[in-house]
Amino acid sequence: MQSSPNKTRTYLGVPIARPKVAFLELSSCEGCQLQMVNNEATLLDFLSLVEVVAFREAMTEQADDYHIAFVEGSVTRADEVERLRKIRNTAKVLVALGSCACFGGVNQLKNRFQDPAWVKKQVYGDQVVESNDQAQPLEAFVPVDLRIFGCPVKKEEVEKTVTNVVLGKSVVLPKYPVCMECKANENTCLFDIGEPCLGPITRGGCDSWCPNSRMGCWGCRGPAEDANVEQMKEIMKKNGFSEETMLDRLECFGGFAKDADTLRRAMDRVK
Amino acid sequence: MLFRVLQKDELSTLFDQLARANATVGPIESGIDRKGNPMYAFEPVSNFADLRLSYSTTKLPAKRYFLPYQEDLASFRMEGDDWQKNVDYNIDKPCVFFGLHACDINALNKLDKVLMSALYPMPYYAAKRMNMFIIGIDCQPQPFCFCGSVASDSVTHGFDLFLTDIGDCYFLEVLSATAYNVLKTVKTSEPEEKDHVRYMKVTAERNRKFTAHIDTSDLAKILDMEFQSPVWKQWGDKCLGCGTCANVCPTCYCYGVEETVNVDLRGARKSKTLYSCNVIDFAEVAGGHNFRPERSTRLKYRYYHKHRGFVEAFEESLCVGCGRCGEACLAGITAPEVIASVRGEES
Repeated sequence: MQSSPNKTRTYLGVPIARPKVAFLELSSCEGCQLQMVNNEATLLDFLSLVEVVAFREAMTEQADDYHIAFVEGSVTRADEVERLRKIRNTAKVLVALGSCACFGGVNQLKNRFQDPAWVKKQVYGDQVVESNDQAQPLEAFVPVDLRIFGCPVKKEEVEKTVTNVVLGKSVVLPKYPVCMECKANENTCLFDIGEPCLGPITRGGCDSWCPNSRMGCWGCRGPAEDANVEQMKEIMKKNGFSEETMLDRLECFGGFAKDADTLRRAMDRVK
Repeated sequence: MLFRVLQKDELSTLFDQLARANATVGPIESGIDRKGNPMYAFEPVSNFADLRLSYSTTKLPAKRYFLPYQEDLASFRMEGDDWQKNVDYNIDKPCVFFGLHACDINALNKLDKVLMSALYPMPYYAAKRMNMFIIGIDCQPQPFCFCGSVASDSVTHGFDLFLTDIGDCYFLEVLSATAYNVLKTVKTSEPEEKDHVRYMKVTAERNRKFTAHIDTSDLAKILDMEFQSPVWKQWGDKCLGCGTCANVCPTCYCYGVEETVNVDLRGARKSKTLYSCNVIDFAEVAGGHNFRPERSTRLKYRYYHKHRGFVEAFEESLCVGCGRCGEACLAGITAPEVIASVRGEES
């Protein structure tokens, strides 16, 4: 092999770009950002891979010059729309980080209510709070380049995505349902022990995080590609779970918003 | 083949001899299902009392021990100006399999044809397979077993020792020199004519208990004829495309390979993941074209591989009739029903 003068030669000879990265948040619990500092084993490598200029969960300094913006949270206020547009104008790559940013997340549960004023009253009482009637994903306002699903995100997936962005490799997310990884982990099927689970229709990539702990899937990563929601309804019914149980899970994170809406309307018609 | 008879209380001695010196895998009870029935799994066992040799079947095959769901094939590391490649077949010692049913041993024999006897053997499989010591055991037919239809209800090779419960003792088939030597450590005796009679009676009784069947006569031909049959669409509508049938199948070996660069950009690894032809992007190629975008065509191709393509190549089907796929399918798609519907029969 020809020797190179460059001591930092890397795999396939790709130079280290070290892009400036910002972790930013709209309406969210910041749990996805917290995931990023959870795994100390790879934290230093991750920090060497990128130059973090904003990361509220990990540092106090902030800068507004960045290449990749990871935006967590859903849009629930007018000022967040403005902030998001500004982020979009600054970042070359805008990544929707987590289910709130991708689908509205748990926040979008408020969207199911017909009367937004009533919801606000229930939550905040007489306190005046500026907020939009709907909690919406980033895509409702600006184009999004990449989406990383999950509530919370899986750190390994974020690292892989960032590594691929740095290397210029394409980012491919799993298209199969959670069952693939659940079987590979040799878990007992939750339906065998009488637990409901949305694993058969939910996008994988989480390494069947919840079923590994005998918790049925709630669909936080949204639908797998070609998800057979109709058959899932049959399966829930056959296993003795009510439509309400199915609906609770479908509407929890917003990825299945359309399916939840269809089911809710069908249930209302029966009532 | 050599035949011996082993008193039942000697079996634990045999187990202890083997388990003391080797990693040993066998059927254990992994839990109770919602109907109150025990569930079984192949797990490492060190205590004979943990073994459940009269197990019905396991939810998953023993595949992970010789065809892991995910396996690193190679890793790469930058070393100064040079780079290192490490290849590991991920096996460092022999493994004893204590209590595999005939179907699961037949599954290994089928995998051998593809992964060991082919022009390009797969060393990752071969290394593990060559280091297996297999003790088979007779089974009780379950309502979903159709091994008899695909000639997998008994097994003639691919194991070291096979046990059949003939009452107060086991009838042993000794197939390897290793097994012969191992048996020297326990008390066995030459079978007498009455043992032969008992063996034949026990197996005949067992064979009468099979209830599920598939009709394989002319099946490869019929599948060819019925390529456009509307039944594929009906099954496709039910299919979840979740890949469970392949993951619980003892003979499904299809996989994908992915290269992942480490976060430190100083190394990478090439890993193999078992995949399923029922999953949406199984037939997606570079550029994004998908040859089988519909669930019905994907489900159909799984049946074509099992009961047509493999039959043409090896004159046997790539199915051992264990029925795990039908049992695990949440949508209730079972091989006997699918095959019957293609043949235009009510199942």
